[in-house]
Amino acid sequence: MMPHNNPLQYLSAEGEPLTERGGRHELPDFVNDQSLLLQAYRWMNLTRAFDQKAVALQRTGIIGTYPSSLGQEAISVACGMALAQDDVFVPYYRDHGSLLVRGNLMEHLLLYWGGDERGSAYVAKAGSALDMPICVPIATQASHAVGIASALKIQQKRQAVLCTLGDGASSKGDFLEALNLAGSWHLPVVFVINNNQWAISVPRHIQSGAPTLAQKASAAAIPSMQVDGNDFIAMYEALTEGLHRARQRKGPMLIEAISYRLSDHTTADDASRYRGQEEVDKAWKNEPIKRLQNFIFQRGYWDKKAEGCLQDDCQTQLEKSVQAYKSIEAEQPEAMFDYMYQTWPAALDDQVVTCGEKYKRNYLAAQQHSSGFNKGA
Amino acid sequence: MNNNLENPDCFKQVSLVEAINMALDYAMSQDESVVMLGEDIGKNGGVFRATDGLQEKFGQARVMDTPLAETSIAGAAVGMSVAGLKPIAEIQFMGFIYATLEHLICHAARMRNRTRGRLSCPMVIRAPFGGGIHAPEHHSESTEALFAHIPGLRVVIPSSPARAYGLLLAAIENPDPVIFLEPKRLYRSEVHDVNDNGQALPLDSCFTLREGEELTLISWGACIKECLAVVDQMNAESGNDKRIELIDLASIKPIDFATIAHSIKKTGRCVIVHEAAKTCGVGAEIAAYIAEHLMAYCKSPVKRITGFDTVMPYFRNEQHYLISELDIKAAIDESLSSDF
Repeated sequence: MMPHNNPLQYLSAEGEPLTERGGRHELPDFVNDQSLLLQAYRWMNLTRAFDQKAVALQRTGIIGTYPSSLGQEAISVACGMALAQDDVFVPYYRDHGSLLVRGNLMEHLLLYWGGDERGSAYVAKAGSALDMPICVPIATQASHAVGIASALKIQQKRQAVLCTLGDGASSKGDFLEALNLAGSWHLPVVFVINNNQWAISVPRHIQSGAPTLAQKASAAAIPSMQVDGNDFIAMYEALTEGLHRARQRKGPMLIEAISYRLSDHTTADDASRYRGQEEVDKAWKNEPIKRLQNFIFQRGYWDKKAEGCLQDDCQTQLEKSVQAYKSIEAEQPEAMFDYMYQTWPAALDDQVVTCGEKYKRNYLAAQQHSSGFNKGA
Repeated sequence: MNNNLENPDCFKQVSLVEAINMALDYAMSQDESVVMLGEDIGKNGGVFRATDGLQEKFGQARVMDTPLAETSIAGAAVGMSVAGLKPIAEIQFMGFIYATLEHLICHAARMRNRTRGRLSCPMVIRAPFGGGIHAPEHHSESTEALFAHIPGLRVVIPSSPARAYGLLLAAIENPDPVIFLEPKRLYRSEVHDVNDNGQALPLDSCFTLREGEELTLISWGACIKECLAVVDQMNAESGNDKRIELIDLASIKPIDFATIAHSIKKTGRCVIVHEAAKTCGVGAEIAAYIAEHLMAYCKSPVKRITGFDTVMPYFRNEQHYLISELDIKAAIDESLSSDF
């Protein structure tokens, strides 16, 4: 069935259940699970606080270029929460929320964006040992997800693979080849297109002439759907179903999560060059955190006091993580050779020596010189 | 005499492509995490029959015909290898390998490094390469230097059935990605005794095929055939069977410079032969190494006999591009007769 431009949605932008007005869907049972919704709300808030902190850290030179996920917290957190621990997560680079839910430490996320390979060295404590590192080359992770799903199938394991990508990535051959292979081999993988309407400066309508990105799955005979990516309840339901199907060996699925990138592409970008403030202001009215907040207030799950505590708690956790990040010393220069090969090629012997000499010449000697100079002064 | 009871001697008369098949068969039967994927490798056994009979023997789950999409073959191999399999991906011809580069360069080559050892990609990409079989456009190039330039990859090229067998087993056993390029002109050119005993040959090493005192001839892949003929003829004609030393580089990345240095120190003369285009070819790397480290031992300039910096001609004219025995002999004669 061809997906229509009619995303699955349970809550209005104001957090009102749509059932009463639209009569389309009964709310799923899990909305009665207070702790699940509060967990989601807390993670979404922590994700936003982390984003704000990371952008500030970039502005002050403490980390490098950073891609904010502002406005896309529902997608990311729903992905993290719908995954079982031994499912395999194959992220792109704007999945901070999922990575936090998987149990990655904020100091390690900062370490990655702070230019240190060790940011990808740790097994997330609520994730799989196979969870892939952040993927920068666009859409390439889709092929890796298919390879991992194929391995799980060959190994007769029952886990699912979840792969995220952006709307720009849906134009790449990698994604289309991955969809095709996933359909042909009937693999346990769920793809989520985080359609935030912008690929740096290129808007969604230039990305593809297709009315939906979800329909790209149709040619691979993969079921797909559009979901309101700012509606946590809709996202969680769609993901839970997709992952369940995959674990049951019922094949792959594609979810197009409709959202909006409220931030610049990265801290190196200035979105005011290519889009108007009016559009952004309008998108803010649809953002996911306020929507869930209104819903949990209505349900009596949440109050102002809890909200205050949550915000304080996020800041406390962040401060602790930033301190932990700052306390991690850079690796020794020769460490760049440590993980190139498991079996050491003798041809690299000379280069390690050169690296050490270069460090002495350029840094150690300079330090000695400057300390000597200081003493003299 | 082989004292290994688990792997008794089992000599078979095979061509290079049959030796590849034998090594794949051995590896698949020893380790069930070894799987293969590629175009036409299943029922058809590969367009050169390198995987002949293996799907029948090991099943479709382990010998996978893929859609005709090289990017996802390489990308899937990255995912499979991270997830505990040892995938061997066949790219049907080297001319179609370029769609895999992003996965090989941006992922396979650096997965171990970028996760500080948490994840790795023990995978092999096999592809036939090189000219001389009257193939259509895009089926004859030699672009091994593209891969040799990439930190994190190994690049291996066999030049005999025995080395194809032993080096392929070594590539499969290796815990990092290996690009295994098969000189298709040699696929069926000769048949040799190969011991199907599962014994891998060392990686990162070259093979001295003929020992000699007066000149070091370095080559790899299909050109080894002409090099061997020239060396045997020149050694015989001179009545000195230790005149020219022939080294099969075999490991294009990393290069076994220790063996090369040992040889140049002895002979003082070097000729490098490769079919690939000259500029930034692997021969340039060897010549640069000699210039950096061994000039004091050199009696004459290093010579490179290579393909031209042209598009590989279609087959009506490819013989004017390929390296002949006469080309190699002329270069050796010149090197032997010109002193600094």
